[in-house]
Amino acid sequence: MKSKRFEALAKRPVNQDGFVDEWVDEGLIAMQSPNDPTASLKIENGEVVELDGKTKEQFDLIDSYIARYGINLERAEEVMGISSKELAQKIVDPNISREEIVELTTAATPAKLNEVVGYMNVVEMMMAVQKMRARRRPTTQSHVTNLRDNPVQIAADAAEGALRGFDEQETTVAVARYAPLNAISIMVGSQTGRPGVITQCSLEEATELDLGMRGFTAYAETISVYGTEQVFTDGDDTPWSKGFLASCYASRGLKMRFTSGTGSEVQMGYAEGKSMLYLETRCIYLTKAAGVQGLQNGSISCIGVPGAVPSGIRAVLAENLIAMLLDLEVASGNDQTFSHSDIRRTARLLMQFLPGTDYISSGYSATPNYDNMFAGSNFDADDFDDYNILQRDLRVDGGLRPVKEEEVVAIRNKAARALQGMFEKLGLPKITDEEVQAATYARGSEDMPARDMVADIKAAEDLLARGTTGLDLVKSLATSGYEDIAESVLNLLKQRVAGDFLQTSSIFDKEWHVISAINDKNDYAGPGTGYRLEGAEWEKVKAIPNAINPKDI
Amino acid sequence: MAELNEQLLRSIITEVVAEMSTKKEEQKISFKETPNETETTSDWFKVIGEAKAGSSRDEVVIAVAPAFAESQTTNIVGIPHKEIIRQIIAGIEEEGLKARIVKVYRSSDVAFVGVEGDHLSGSGVAVAIQSKGTAIIHQKDLQPLSNLELFPQAPLITLETYRAIGKNAAKYAKGESPNPVPMMNDQMARPKYQALSALLHIKETKHVVIGKLAVEIAVTF
Repeated sequence: MKSKRFEALAKRPVNQDGFVDEWVDEGLIAMQSPNDPTASLKIENGEVVELDGKTKEQFDLIDSYIARYGINLERAEEVMGISSKELAQKIVDPNISREEIVELTTAATPAKLNEVVGYMNVVEMMMAVQKMRARRRPTTQSHVTNLRDNPVQIAADAAEGALRGFDEQETTVAVARYAPLNAISIMVGSQTGRPGVITQCSLEEATELDLGMRGFTAYAETISVYGTEQVFTDGDDTPWSKGFLASCYASRGLKMRFTSGTGSEVQMGYAEGKSMLYLETRCIYLTKAAGVQGLQNGSISCIGVPGAVPSGIRAVLAENLIAMLLDLEVASGNDQTFSHSDIRRTARLLMQFLPGTDYISSGYSATPNYDNMFAGSNFDADDFDDYNILQRDLRVDGGLRPVKEEEVVAIRNKAARALQGMFEKLGLPKITDEEVQAATYARGSEDMPARDMVADIKAAEDLLARGTTGLDLVKSLATSGYEDIAESVLNLLKQRVAGDFLQTSSIFDKEWHVISAINDKNDYAGPGTGYRLEGAEWEKVKAIPNAINPKDI
Repeated sequence: MAELNEQLLRSIITEVVAEMSTKKEEQKISFKETPNETETTSDWFKVIGEAKAGSSRDEVVIAVAPAFAESQTTNIVGIPHKEIIRQIIAGIEEEGLKARIVKVYRSSDVAFVGVEGDHLSGSGVAVAIQSKGTAIIHQKDLQPLSNLELFPQAPLITLETYRAIGKNAAKYAKGESPNPVPMMNDQMARPKYQALSALLHIKETKHVVIGKLAVEIAVTF
């Protein structure tokens, strides 16, 4: 006989998820593996000669890079003398300021911070994140993609996303050769929705840099680093080559952050038996050592791996926190599907949503998930109302605002029309009125007429071969009657010359003022301090269209 | 009584709806062409020596990862490697080109297996495939991590798609610009399969031999 109750449980969405037991020797363990090194540091004549149990002769590429550039040696010996438990308590204590903590944590070794977060439960970690994130105001980022790389739909979805409140928007490709079209479509759409939203196109690294240099994107984050030497060199890379790539972006006035996350080394088969969190800690230190302002982490595309083992989602929050402890901007994941269960995926979101991070999601899908070419996000366009109501219920600023249908329809239409005009002036394959109409009202690519993909791909290759740059986009928008959008794209190019948005955790407001960890520094110091959702912004969050107004009854 | 009937009706509706949605879910991840037999021996897959760089421009190389058809014999959803190879070859031959199979040992990363494959390929085009089923079409002049077409969601790749991959690879080899193989996306593939995928990949990576040259494979069906 089968139990009826177990039969019902077996059908629950959570039981569609994959779970595995720990496998310590292969690194299938979230945190605090018995194989993780014990923290240690020896300095001789200003040089690190022992790091986390290894002598200088035993250093691999990653150890060497971190030892040379990643640790503030001035206070290192003092910090290594403080017990990890005491450091953990200081980090959570609201009476000890963020500045004071950063002085200590940037002088610790990777194994030390790995130990420190091991003393915290998730509520303590959230307390720490609330205090330690770099920018005072939290916000969030979107994904704008579709199955067919339809440029008109990308522009319309990006416009809606910008209107809903995303300050950064990211696209990628279903077919790699479509990249230039996707990049310019998300840029035009975003500037239509709200001037100042910055955009990127996630690609193979050389292509991504090329599009940035041309002015087709304003920032980049798909610069991946890994926590074991084998995975690094398998990708034909070293910490130095990644550091060089980071400098290339800086030299052209483009914002950039690295990407890493727990589980990637296990996923690629080389974890050296260390815990996922320890290896991720090494990635965070590499980012710091390379002088990069920020990091996208929180397992990212490998979330199914920590998600499958015990304490995995706690490890994902811990890795966000460690990045903050190293004074980095953090785009904190929540960007990939991780569970069939609505309960589980919401619980996973709350870890970053409640305390607030620089970007709570580093890819909330602004389309329905079937169009999400990052293989789906933890939250998608069909969850917009749930998300807005979570903000309203808990009085938490998750970065989005309720919108009205007519505003959305109008802005989607404008973006699609602007792209139609720009494509025509640039000699790209025609966007028909039928496509504009479909993109205006579409939920996703199923509602869009098919395009000639071969013609689009050829045109995309030609656009690059002709040497088209951001200025050509400005000209073609202006001459097709969209001077306001042209001006926004031009402003983006101007900002690259000014370079102020290369500061930690930068975003723009609609007047193109930079809001960063410099001029909007997180000053949380306990109840009644720090960022609070209040005033006009709280009024916007309260105003969901489907609430009954008592005056109307 | 009326209330009871309504409750009964509700529960029936809920059940039917639930059943419909689970059925839909099941369809998404099932493969109608999956044959039941699983290959346990590799009589069909023989190493015949070191792989040489090809000079004939009408060949497409199929480069397989280290565990393929040996320590692992099916992809992540149980499609036999033998059937996968048969379909990719059929796709290539449909376009009038020849397929040549090599096994790569230096990497288990699908992109780098592809790079080694396209450098051996007379046409400069290769299809690379991992044991878990992830596939890529790669061409010699591309950056390793770029591609002509990439099929990252192995659980969704059907035998028909493998054939279409072979066909498109052959078209690229002929200098054509084919329509890309339609992209498939199931946002629930990761939650369901990623941990299993990691296990399979760890096991494949154990067969990587640093510095070992690729070998030529003869297949018989």
